[in-house]
Amino acid sequence: MRMRELLYIGKPVVIGTYEFTADLIVEFAREFDPHFFHTDPELAKQSLFGGLCASGWHTSAVCMRLSVNSLQQEDEDLRRRGEPVAKNGPSPGVRDIKWHKAVYPGDTITFVNEIREKRDSSRKGFGLLVTFNTGTNQKGELVYSAQGAVFVERRPA
Amino acid sequence: MSEIRYWYEDLTPGRVFHLGSRTVTADEIIHFANEFDPQEFHLDAEAGKASILGGLSASGWHSCAMWMRMFYDNLLHHSSSEGSPGVDLIEWRKPVRAGDVLFGTTTVVDSRPLKSRPGIGLVRMQHTVTNQNGDVVMFMENPGMFRMRAEAAA
Repeated sequence: MRMRELLYIGKPVVIGTYEFTADLIVEFAREFDPHFFHTDPELAKQSLFGGLCASGWHTSAVCMRLSVNSLQQEDEDLRRRGEPVAKNGPSPGVRDIKWHKAVYPGDTITFVNEIREKRDSSRKGFGLLVTFNTGTNQKGELVYSAQGAVFVERRPA
Repeated sequence: MSEIRYWYEDLTPGRVFHLGSRTVTADEIIHFANEFDPQEFHLDAEAGKASILGGLSASGWHSCAMWMRMFYDNLLHHSSSEGSPGVDLIEWRKPVRAGDVLFGTTTVVDSRPLKSRPGIGLVRMQHTVTNQNGDVVMFMENPGMFRMRAEAAA
């Protein structure tokens, strides 16, 4: 596998920050998760969350986007140095997604990725990385965590 | 909010809900991927063919989002849903491709009142998404929070 994974195992890396505006929250929710507490600021006050908040799937999708940005930036850096770049495969799934706290309009979430483990996989030429993501709001409160997995190309033997 | 047909008390273990169907288009696969998961096998047919997935395929998070809309329209919209604290497990078992027709089924596993939130119960569910060939493309387990009937909560 590529060098960066050897270097980064067990080391949390900030992959980016994202501000959840009311417009972005409502736009995502109208398409995919139109609960009243994700789409209607007035009605949302009567919900458990006490106000408009982001769909958990929106938070997960944003975390994915920042992960991809971060990986593509690393690939770019490797290419610039003339080093081989391993292909990333898809993911077989995710465990233990926790939307610990609601994400409200104006919250800025900082996402972190940590590679926890490398495993063999049944996919020829690919290994599996087990990852752990977190999201923390501007007050330092944990709002999101999830354990992911992704296939990554092995170095040619 | 529409009229509530399903309260916490109605979501009894073993109860099964069908979530209808949804056809997936190449445009929406690419649109979602451009915004949230711009990996080449979610953006480009040729790159998809060259990948493990064997063709242009939806981001797993897009599959979750499409399923969420089916779950909302066919069950949560008619329920006392108060959201969810998370998802225990998501398995993306097979690629979801343009032209696929997705079918969702939700089965209630168990339920319990939440001590920390009077009047709210936690309902654990299993969700299966199959395609037009009968293949399971996604499997999930997650708990949802549902309000109890007013008389029970009082």
